Amino acid sequence: MNTMRVSILIAAAAIFAVACSSTDLKPPPPAPANNQPVPNQNAPAAPTSPTAPIKTIEAPSATPIDPLSDPKSLLARRSVYFAFDQSGINDTDISVLEAHGRYLVDHPDRSIRVEGNCDERGGREYNLALGQRRAETVRQRLMVLGVAGTRIETSSLGKEKPRAQGHDEASWAENRRADIIYK
Amino acid sequence: MNRKWLTKCTPYNRLRTMSHFSSRSGLPAFALALALACLTLLFASRANAQMTIQITGVGSQQFPIAVANFRVDGEASEDVAGVIRADLTRSGLFRMIDPGTQAIEENARINLDDWKSRGADTIAIGTLTKLADGRFEVRYRLFDSVKGKQIDGLAFTAPAADLRRVAHRIADHIYETVTGVPGVFSTRIAYVVQYSPNHYELQVADADGANPQTALKSREFIISPAWSPDGSTLAYVSFESRRTVVYVHNLATGQRKALASFPGSNSGPAFSPDGRTLALVLTRDGNSEIYSMSIDGSNLKRLTHDPAIDTEPCFSPDGAYIYFTSDRSGGPQIYRMSSSGGSPQRMTFNGDYNISPRISPDGRTLAYVGRRSDLFQIEVLDLTTSQELTVTDTVKDESPTFAPNGRQILYATDVGGKGILALTSTDGRARARLSGPNGDVREPTWGPYIK
Repeated sequence: MNTMRVSILIAAAAIFAVACSSTDLKPPPPAPANNQPVPNQNAPAAPTSPTAPIKTIEAPSATPIDPLSDPKSLLARRSVYFAFDQSGINDTDISVLEAHGRYLVDHPDRSIRVEGNCDERGGREYNLALGQRRAETVRQRLMVLGVAGTRIETSSLGKEKPRAQGHDEASWAENRRADIIYK
Repeated sequence: MNRKWLTKCTPYNRLRTMSHFSSRSGLPAFALALALACLTLLFASRANAQMTIQITGVGSQQFPIAVANFRVDGEASEDVAGVIRADLTRSGLFRMIDPGTQAIEENARINLDDWKSRGADTIAIGTLTKLADGRFEVRYRLFDSVKGKQIDGLAFTAPAADLRRVAHRIADHIYETVTGVPGVFSTRIAYVVQYSPNHYELQVADADGANPQTALKSREFIISPAWSPDGSTLAYVSFESRRTVVYVHNLATGQRKALASFPGSNSGPAFSPDGRTLALVLTRDGNSEIYSMSIDGSNLKRLTHDPAIDTEPCFSPDGAYIYFTSDRSGGPQIYRMSSSGGSPQRMTFNGDYNISPRISPDGRTLAYVGRRSDLFQIEVLDLTTSQELTVTDTVKDESPTFAPNGRQILYATDVGGKGILALTSTDGRARARLSGPNGDVREPTWGPYIK
């Protein structure tokens, strides 16, 4: 019985040795000058050669990327717009506010300032007040969505800092706006 | 850069008969006009800026006056007669009769019949004499060619630097002698110039725009300057700390204090006529409301209690009321309430947008900006008759401010994309435009009489 076992072992070792001998690591073939993948992986290789381009993969991270930085997210939109002399939120912008509201609820460490603006028509003091009311409307809407009022500061620039410099309806519409600014 | 005032002013053979000069035809002073005149007058100032004044309308009743070149003994840096002519012209109430180029000295015997036949109802002549100490003696006389006699005369002694101010004083005297109303040529105006998106200046200039001096230079916007009744101080809103804060700023010393820096927005400062109270607009309680505060910062009191926007407070001349803008009825309109708070009374009913109320010094006329079909124009409302009148021909008007004699309104507007100041008589007839060369001029406020 012992002799049998040893024989089997020796035979196995011999088979193994033969099998193993064919699995040496070959040096990789030399990288072609234009950096394309080499078609024939079994071609003989030079003893020292530059490496082929290595594809990088990213390990999935434990923390997700901040959606605030995602240009495709609704959160990338930081402005809501208003009709002339009005401070009501239109339907298009409600979804923008809902996105910011959700984000703020999920990130209690973040706070914002909302800045209201007006177009160039009309008096400066009245427009300062109207800008403030626009900012305050946004704040109230975010509070309804669950964000504590203490995390939302409001201010107004009136008509003093127009983003669009023209004197037509397109410019005016761009300037009738409240901006959400993350602190 | 403080300029000394007149050192001495003595009446000289003054015949203060206070005869109210009225035209021979007997028409009321501000009847309907037919003629328009266009004149452009340039004034070089000591600073770099130079205001251009363009007359675009004249008063219905114009008093024809000849202001002769003053006789000058010694070199004078100021064309006193020229400044007088420009002042009287800018008021819209005087038409200049060509005096010829010859200087006429103050104690000359002049041929009043000859002047009458040339169309001049009044004639002003004068002399500048340089004294040994470098100051000037200025003497002037005013004659009435209809009455055939002198009706006014004054003498001043002043340093050369004050000659322009002497000219304004003489123009004030002529204006009052002829119209019965005090002149405002010696007063000052304050306004904001924006030179670039990051360069704003609060400036104070003579009423004709000459001699602008900068009280505040800032990278951020400045709005709503307001004069204290004694002319020493300006209150204004500055955004220099990235929020709106109300300052009170002593012009002579440059010292200032942030009087209202509450959470939220601080704006709309207005002095009470006794100078002891400041009305303000604060959003500390959530939306724009009007408050009053003692000038030392104590005694803050909330005056309006409405979820609407309440803004732009303006005291009545007796201090009893505050006029203000509120959109409690849906759109902005002018209201009036007791200056201690209380239920407001609505004043404007035309159109859906009326803002920026200012009350005349006699308390009888309300000026404001009305929007009518997308045009923003200065309106005046006679509080006795409730008649409203549009008084400008420009269409992007802001910030009306009354002259201290109540006869003119200065305001800001936009012509050809440029911010300029413009003047109108309270009846809308006599008009002028003032523009600075480099920036947009806005937010004017007319200072008080200089005592």
